[in-house]
Amino acid sequence: MGFNTKAYLQSKTDAAPLAVFRILFGIMMLFSIIRFWANGWIDKLYIKPKFHFSYYGFEWVKPLGDYTYLLFIICAVAALFIALGLKYRMAIIVFFLSFTYIELMDKTTYLNHYYFISLLSFLMIFLPANAYFSVDNVLRKASYKTIPKWCVDSVKLLLGIVYFYAGLAKINSDWLFRAMPLKIWLPSKYDLPFIGESLMQQEWFHYAMSWSGMLYDLAIPFLLLYKRTRWFAFALVVFFHVFTRVLFPIGMFPFIMIVSTLIFFEADFHNKIINTIKGILKLKTTVDLKPVLEVKREKALVPFLTVFFVIQLLFPFRYVLYQGELFWTEEGFRFSWRVMLLEKMGHTTFTIKNAKTGASFVVRNRDFLSSFQEKQMSFQPDFILEYAHYLGDHFTSQGHKNVQVFVESYVALNGRLSQPFIDKTVDLYKEKESFCHKAWILPFTDEIKGL
Amino acid sequence: MIKKVVSVVLLALVIFACSSSDGGESKPKDNFDRQTMLVNWADNIIIPAYEDLDSKLGALVAAKNTFTVTANQTNLEALRIAWLDAYKVWQHVEMFNIGKAEVDYYSAYMNIYPASVTEIESNIANGGYDLALANNQDAAGFPALDYLLYGVAADDNAILAMYTTNANADGYKLYLSDVVNEMKSLTEAVLNDWTTSYRSTFVNSTANTTTSSTNKITNDFIYYFEKGLRANKFGIPAGIFSGGVLYPEKVEAYHNQEVSKILALEALHASQDFFNGKAYNGTSDGNSFDDYLDYLQTITDGEDLTALINNQMNAARSQIQTVDSNFSNQVNTDNTRMTLSYDELQKVVVLLKLDMVQAMNISVDYIDADGD
Repeated sequence: MGFNTKAYLQSKTDAAPLAVFRILFGIMMLFSIIRFWANGWIDKLYIKPKFHFSYYGFEWVKPLGDYTYLLFIICAVAALFIALGLKYRMAIIVFFLSFTYIELMDKTTYLNHYYFISLLSFLMIFLPANAYFSVDNVLRKASYKTIPKWCVDSVKLLLGIVYFYAGLAKINSDWLFRAMPLKIWLPSKYDLPFIGESLMQQEWFHYAMSWSGMLYDLAIPFLLLYKRTRWFAFALVVFFHVFTRVLFPIGMFPFIMIVSTLIFFEADFHNKIINTIKGILKLKTTVDLKPVLEVKREKALVPFLTVFFVIQLLFPFRYVLYQGELFWTEEGFRFSWRVMLLEKMGHTTFTIKNAKTGASFVVRNRDFLSSFQEKQMSFQPDFILEYAHYLGDHFTSQGHKNVQVFVESYVALNGRLSQPFIDKTVDLYKEKESFCHKAWILPFTDEIKGL
Repeated sequence: MIKKVVSVVLLALVIFACSSSDGGESKPKDNFDRQTMLVNWADNIIIPAYEDLDSKLGALVAAKNTFTVTANQTNLEALRIAWLDAYKVWQHVEMFNIGKAEVDYYSAYMNIYPASVTEIESNIANGGYDLALANNQDAAGFPALDYLLYGVAADDNAILAMYTTNANADGYKLYLSDVVNEMKSLTEAVLNDWTTSYRSTFVNSTANTTTSSTNKITNDFIYYFEKGLRANKFGIPAGIFSGGVLYPEKVEAYHNQEVSKILALEALHASQDFFNGKAYNGTSDGNSFDDYLDYLQTITDGEDLTALINNQMNAARSQIQTVDSNFSNQVNTDNTRMTLSYDELQKVVVLLKLDMVQAMNISVDYIDADGD
């Protein structure tokens, strides 16, 4: 092996790519938060519902009532500071904490790309993204021409993992050999101009999209890495993300990914961006340009980030520790870059029973959950269990005696006929949440092969 | 360099646009024109059902007018027949909570049951009521007539006495008259809206968005089946939601004592016909959910959902046929026949809400948050 770790860790690279990345990241986050607020989602998702689904171990993270808006303001201001490179280290820490807190408040809204933002902002805490072209340079009267190469490469690695693992997850029989769920999703886009009534209805097109999507995700990190294929890769990135944005309601994510992949480009490209910004804003550089930024405590930081990435590489495979079909039980499904793989719906009703008298009644989910929460709860076992406990506690506190909570649930997965999902003879009020397999999930009657 | 990025982005968009228009030339052989479904619903089911309801309510108004002039047994019976005729047709329109019906909360003024006897009596005693107010929703419509024609006194002689010799006989006649007139005018407004402007809005809203016709009517249909039919007619009286506490007085047409089953079967019949696109007047069969599902099945190699749903609706019908024609009696004597009917209807709900909606990829009243 010709790879010399020591030499690699000592090698430097231009500071401009990370600086541009920082600016674009901050701007994108600022827009995302403003958009989230403008859509009224803070109220709809975090203030209105009286009950919130928590992540196991993070039950203490709850919306803060009207102060939730303050949390979003803090997050937005931090994003702006990141873009400016003003008090960068403090800003990115505040951003990471506030953003992650927001995501932990209710797992109903879980999205892989929110998880990606949390991870990326965590990583950026340790990167000198304010070394160049930042307000901090002016305050400290110093800016740096180069930074350690691993700082830029770590961002590329994280992006590469997201794409590559999303590609690996697509290597399964539903995606490749049944073209599911695209076969369900694409025909319903009949109202698109030109292609809606034609391409979107063609079976071969569903397969073509499935296979090319898989190949795209697997190949794109490598195509971006090599200079000769970079422009081609970037064109693909733009095309794929714009295309998926047209097809699916995926918000800001495509734009964030398009902007993020710019970090793969060479330094002169980023310097031109910076010079353009300078030209527009008529900025004059008056600070000392020092040749090299030395990262503080680099000896501890590099092993720490190595462990971080090893965890990132292993964590998505934790599903192998669970029995049962991953797509069915979803044990080990989240935080694994499994994107767009499932068309899954559930119909789940809860019966409160008095263990002594046998008297029972059916709960109206809408009395307790928002429609979005009900939708997400209906096919995810950890939601069902948490909600069953909430109902049990609620009706016990209402004076009901010997409360048992039984669930009747049907779930349809990727175009299969709906089938029973939860063992309706099990009193879920007695079952505890844990990282172990949930034995009360009825087995999946079909087989899905693949990663 | 920056220009290069911009040009790549533009180029990608151009390629995107071009590949789009190329695709337009190759038409698939078995494409499904969703607009034919909307046209069939509007022209052959919804509007004819409203027209029939409007004419049945016209007959009800006439019978009421005769009765308020001469309150005798013959005219009372004629009025009751007109009431039931209209009530049966009502079962065909309650599900269409769209357009003016939705804006006006039409169905809330027509069929909230049980009617509030207290409110009706207090309205009659005090006068000066406004039936268009929301707090009078449970003192109006078919359930209020159910009370006024069957429940206002113990037997027919006593009922007739309320409209003739009772101290406030004029008050009772006026209230009866006002309730009927209000139902007629509400229905006219909804029907007029359909025939003048809403029909074209409805059939031209062909997109797949949360506010488009197909999505809204699908949501309405499923909501009606789950709430209006399954829960209101069976679940609530049978104590499904109340811990075994039975509510025999909450059946539809409680005071009549004989027709709750007829109305429930009519509602199931209406739902099944709508699912299959069967014309309201006659037997012609146009495009509806059944054909759409058949079309989707050809692309997805899926299960024959149309057959499954029809079979399950038939199973529900067979179960309902075993129930006493007076649901109230059934709840009091052997409630399990009610709960068994509920269970069969619930199976239809699962098929509609999960399997049908998944195949059509329609969002069911969910929030418009991002996905990933």
